[in-house]
Amino acid sequence: MARRNYEGVAVAVPITVPYLRYTTEGAHWFLGRAVRSLVDSSGIAKEDIDGLCVSSFSLAPDTAVGVTQHLGLSPRWLDHVPTGGASGVMCLRRAARAVQAGDAEVVACVAADTNHVDSFRQTLGGFSYFSRDASYPYGSGGPNSIFAMITAHYMRRFGARREDFGRIAVSQRQNALLNPNAMFKRPLTLDEYIGARPIADPLHLFDCVMPCAGAEAFLVMSESRARDLGLSHVLIHGAIERHNAFSSDPIMVRGGWRQDRDDLYAQAGVRPDALDFIQTYDDYPVIVMMHFEDLGFCEKGEGPAFVQAHTLTHDGTFPNNTSGGQLSAGQAGAAGGFLGVTESIRQLTGAAGGRSVPDAKLGLVAGFGMVTYDRCLCTGAVILGRSE
Amino acid sequence: MTMPLMRPKRKNPVLRTRQINLPPSARGRVALGITAAAAEGRFELQVCGECSTVQYPPRSACQKCLSAALRWKPQTGHGELLSATTLHHSNDLFFRERLPWRLGLVELDAGPTVMVHLHGEVGDAPQRVRVGARLDRAGQAVLIGFPDEGTANMADDKMLREMASDPKFRKVLVTDGKTPVGQAMVRALVKAGADIVWVGHAEPWKKLGGLDDITALPQVSLVALDVTNGRSVTELAGEIGGKVDIVINTAELHRTFGIGSRRGTDVAKAEMEINYFGLLRLAQEFGPALKGRSADGATHATAWVNLLSVYALANFPPQGTFSASKAAAYSLSQCLRAEMRPAGIRVVNVFPGPIDDEWNQHMPPPKLAPEALASAIVKALRDGVEDVYPGDVAQEWLERWRDNPKILERELAINGG
Repeated sequence: MARRNYEGVAVAVPITVPYLRYTTEGAHWFLGRAVRSLVDSSGIAKEDIDGLCVSSFSLAPDTAVGVTQHLGLSPRWLDHVPTGGASGVMCLRRAARAVQAGDAEVVACVAADTNHVDSFRQTLGGFSYFSRDASYPYGSGGPNSIFAMITAHYMRRFGARREDFGRIAVSQRQNALLNPNAMFKRPLTLDEYIGARPIADPLHLFDCVMPCAGAEAFLVMSESRARDLGLSHVLIHGAIERHNAFSSDPIMVRGGWRQDRDDLYAQAGVRPDALDFIQTYDDYPVIVMMHFEDLGFCEKGEGPAFVQAHTLTHDGTFPNNTSGGQLSAGQAGAAGGFLGVTESIRQLTGAAGGRSVPDAKLGLVAGFGMVTYDRCLCTGAVILGRSE
Repeated sequence: MTMPLMRPKRKNPVLRTRQINLPPSARGRVALGITAAAAEGRFELQVCGECSTVQYPPRSACQKCLSAALRWKPQTGHGELLSATTLHHSNDLFFRERLPWRLGLVELDAGPTVMVHLHGEVGDAPQRVRVGARLDRAGQAVLIGFPDEGTANMADDKMLREMASDPKFRKVLVTDGKTPVGQAMVRALVKAGADIVWVGHAEPWKKLGGLDDITALPQVSLVALDVTNGRSVTELAGEIGGKVDIVINTAELHRTFGIGSRRGTDVAKAEMEINYFGLLRLAQEFGPALKGRSADGATHATAWVNLLSVYALANFPPQGTFSASKAAAYSLSQCLRAEMRPAGIRVVNVFPGPIDDEWNQHMPPPKLAPEALASAIVKALRDGVEDVYPGDVAQEWLERWRDNPKILERELAINGG
């Protein structure tokens, strides 16, 4: 059976609950703020939200089930998507199918995490079976250790230099300065990037995201419903997901997007050069570079040259992570996986303020999540377009 | 090239004694298969019984064919270092105190990619390495990337010393120096570079052969120690307990009786008094002192060795009461191991077969030479192994016991004891 397209589905009402470095509030507090903002901003009554899709690392012992009672919701469709950095794309896909099938009319997709003073360390130790057994006992550096080795390997094999990764980080900081929700408010120079303290060679401070608390959310509904309500919205031109791709690669050099990208562009009926911007999952700059290669903007190994040949700011030749991304906006746990979706809705509905990509019509959001052992397992991508 | 460990300076008594932090010790039950093998000095991984796929991290099913028939099999560990990093930051206190710390990803020739602690002699990627499994300070197995060919001082590598209990520059108590095993032990420790070897001597008026020879060694000093006497143990612990880095309990009483071959319980009690209660007394007095010093500099307190017997696994009827006392000691040593673990002190249990000494006069060869036993113990300390079955007889018993303890019991009973 041929894959059905995502026609008739609208994505609207991007919400960001402002990030905090540390908080004493729990994830449920941020979920509550996010859903309240969805209701206030959309004019849709809480009772009319009949679908809920949740992503969070810090809900335990609750799941999405407990959230319904906690927030007094009574959805007829519920999902809990534990794919972290890929959860934005994946919640969107699932919600869109629910709307198309008539299983739900209005789906609230919400990602939220808290960050207590000691919660990041505790999350790392119990992140997965494999991380508990086979990576955390080795230096307890968390994902920094793995991505340091992936970065070092990539640099050796393809000749990337720290300056190349620095261009990504510095451009994202420039974008962040125009995003009032970004945690980082000061400019970053390439010299500061290069001179930062080492974390795990070759990674230095500005290669790493800053864990924080916060939430991101959006609504998925039919296009006609969005139009009736007068909500600015975007349309889904194609979406892919993949888990545990290329598992026989001894070390990660490519992401699962490589396997499904032809499908993605075929769904949208476009080529990569038709896209006006991209939102990559920037847990580390090397992964941003892999997005560029594996999503077909350049060949494998050409990432460094591609970065050198482009300006990556919102007004550049290849706008990437126009919100500042997690490197400069902050990583609010699973909300980091939603950041690209909310930012793309804003870009395509004229709500991105001073960081707007000029005349943006089509954008790509990619997701990348869950380092259970030696690589991230979940990849996904969606192409969103302006509604005319 | 590893720089040889230099004799540490004397401790500044004004400074606080550092306390131990353990590396993360949580493991799933399946993953503990690696620990079980590493405890005996082997590197084993899961191998699928149906499709022969070697996999890591350990799983509950073969990732290739989904078979549940997974077996632990020894690995050569040969592989290629794909990438390495030096951590300058860690979220865990143990590593934080030991930064910078080097890690690598190794693609084993057998298939899987493994994350390892890297030995200092392993250079930049890519290069050939050999992966082995060691117990870390938490007593859990970790994988280590060794250089394909190491140099003379490779055991002195800072990371590797965290996984081992090398006697070099350490202060050791051997609880009984009168026996051939005790004396061989003392000589092996001196040869291994021990700083001080205190040698227990229960009845100083007894002049036994060999004692003068070892006393003549400059590192050795005789101390009064009668493990059947609580006060004697307490007094010695008060004197040297705060300095001992390794306790090697060689004190044992070995007689060769079953139940029917000797009336009364005097001998059995004497065996228990030394072999079981002696260990209990030592552990109560010296255990806390060792625990308090388990992070005290480069030559911190590190290990406790119990000389048990392979008869602790299954009763050898001709030496029935001796076997029972060693079984009791074995059980107690498991308790000691559990209590020492939070301090990162390794408890090493040694299970020899018959030793070539006077009490095994009637045992046919092969018998284990005291010198071979002593060097096996030193090797176990250097390699960080916690269960040692030295010699052919012990290995054979172990294999039979592992295969089926009930069959071994019946085989041992075949001649009516």
